[in-house]
Amino acid sequence: MIRITDLHKSFGANAVLRGVDLHVPKGESMVIIGGSGTGKSVLLKCVLGLVKPDTGSIEVDGQDVTKVKRDAFLARFGMLFQGGALFDSLSVWQNVAFRLLRGPGKLPKAQAREIAIEKLRRVGLRPEVAGQFPAELSGGMQKRVGLARAIAAEPEIIFFDEPTTGLDPIMAGVINELIREIVVEMGATAMTITHDMSSVRAIADKVAMLHGGKIRWTGPVGEMDATSDPYVQQFIHGRAHGPIEAVR
Amino acid sequence: MNAVTRPLAHLGHAVLSGLASLGRVSRFAGATLQHLVRPPFYWREFLHACLQIGWLSLPVVGMTALFTGGALALQIYAGGSRFNAESVVPQIVALGITRELGPVLGALMVAARVASSIAAEIGTMKVTEQIDALTTLSTHPMKYLTVPRVLAATLSMPLLVAVGDALGIFGGYLVGINRLGFSSSTYLTNTTDFLEFWDVGSGLVKGAVFGFIVALMGCYFGMNSGRGAQGVGGATKKAVVSASVLILASNYILTELFFAA
Repeated sequence: MIRITDLHKSFGANAVLRGVDLHVPKGESMVIIGGSGTGKSVLLKCVLGLVKPDTGSIEVDGQDVTKVKRDAFLARFGMLFQGGALFDSLSVWQNVAFRLLRGPGKLPKAQAREIAIEKLRRVGLRPEVAGQFPAELSGGMQKRVGLARAIAAEPEIIFFDEPTTGLDPIMAGVINELIREIVVEMGATAMTITHDMSSVRAIADKVAMLHGGKIRWTGPVGEMDATSDPYVQQFIHGRAHGPIEAVR
Repeated sequence: MNAVTRPLAHLGHAVLSGLASLGRVSRFAGATLQHLVRPPFYWREFLHACLQIGWLSLPVVGMTALFTGGALALQIYAGGSRFNAESVVPQIVALGITRELGPVLGALMVAARVASSIAAEIGTMKVTEQIDALTTLSTHPMKYLTVPRVLAATLSMPLLVAVGDALGIFGGYLVGINRLGFSSSTYLTNTTDFLEFWDVGSGLVKGAVFGFIVALMGCYFGMNSGRGAQGVGGATKKAVVSASVLILASNYILTELFFAA
């Protein structure tokens, strides 16, 4: 479904992506792991067209993403941002129903509100939350609202950017479970970036490790622990010593 | 590079950098105008921006005009008395307020209030990835954030200038009849008989241009904000400073265009 070939992206002299090759089949949950600053978010943003790659190609269902109609293309995606990225000026339900209230497939306000409340319920939030504003919610609740917004229009592809960052372990577990359930239930293709290993084990069908601007290792999550790749081993066990240099 | 060429190199670098910035702002303005004439148009955001930029700026613009009109009357009276021209106070207050001080001071106050808040709001949206979220939700940030604000400021500012003109003249009137010994009817007759349509009209046109500049600078620097609190703070400062300088510069150009002999 998503095929990334020889993708390069630099910011000035800093070459972040140096030839990324990755294939995510339809209906699969791919988790990309890697240290901070290795370009995981940049990779997701390149797929969405938020960052323009220098060279290489990205295809979704065989179509080059730079040659498709942007609105129709983006309508196939849902994204959960690291910090939630909820719109402060809109209430919770208006955030969730944002796409439903605008564009060619615009729904009547009452219907959009109903769907938003149903999605909020799906992520474990009570309908009373719908009228509140994002600033009134806790971090975990904001993540859930972000998740509800990502799935509101029933997208075929969902991206999760660091879904558990900043959450306590119990709330992180709840979000991981929700993501897994929703992805399976919707049959969506998912790409998650994280450095939280509990997320990886809960969400992934397959794992890819990004290091040095390239995919260092990729394989089913069940094979991750058994791989002999020293980079993967150092990362998943959180060792300070190994081939990945830690900045101290 | 020696001591003679180094300052020239710095000067050249500064000029090139300034021209590049001007080019980026011009492209941003062009993109804003392009998005303005292409659907969709977000009416709700436009009306909200009219409320924020126009309606809520009324007190600050009104107070500025009122006090400026009063002070202007005192100054003209004091200056005019040096050559027995005290009687021209109503005419000069009206002319000064409608042609220059109403639009310029009003726009500077709006720049301080609105350009800063637009830049801070959009800058914060950028650093918290809300702009990226808009894009992924198939909503163009220029259409959703920039166009409604720029259009609202361009249309609201002439109305604010009109209110400022009335209150500025009223400020001069209050001082004129209470402090300078003018009779109410003389002051009003002198004002209305002297003022021409273009005195007021030119100020309103200036107001529209200044409103465009204020919102454009707020949106441009917000969209190009750096990361973190410092980045947003920097964007806010640049928005206010550049809007203020551009208001004063464009005021001179417009005055040349409208009134040069």
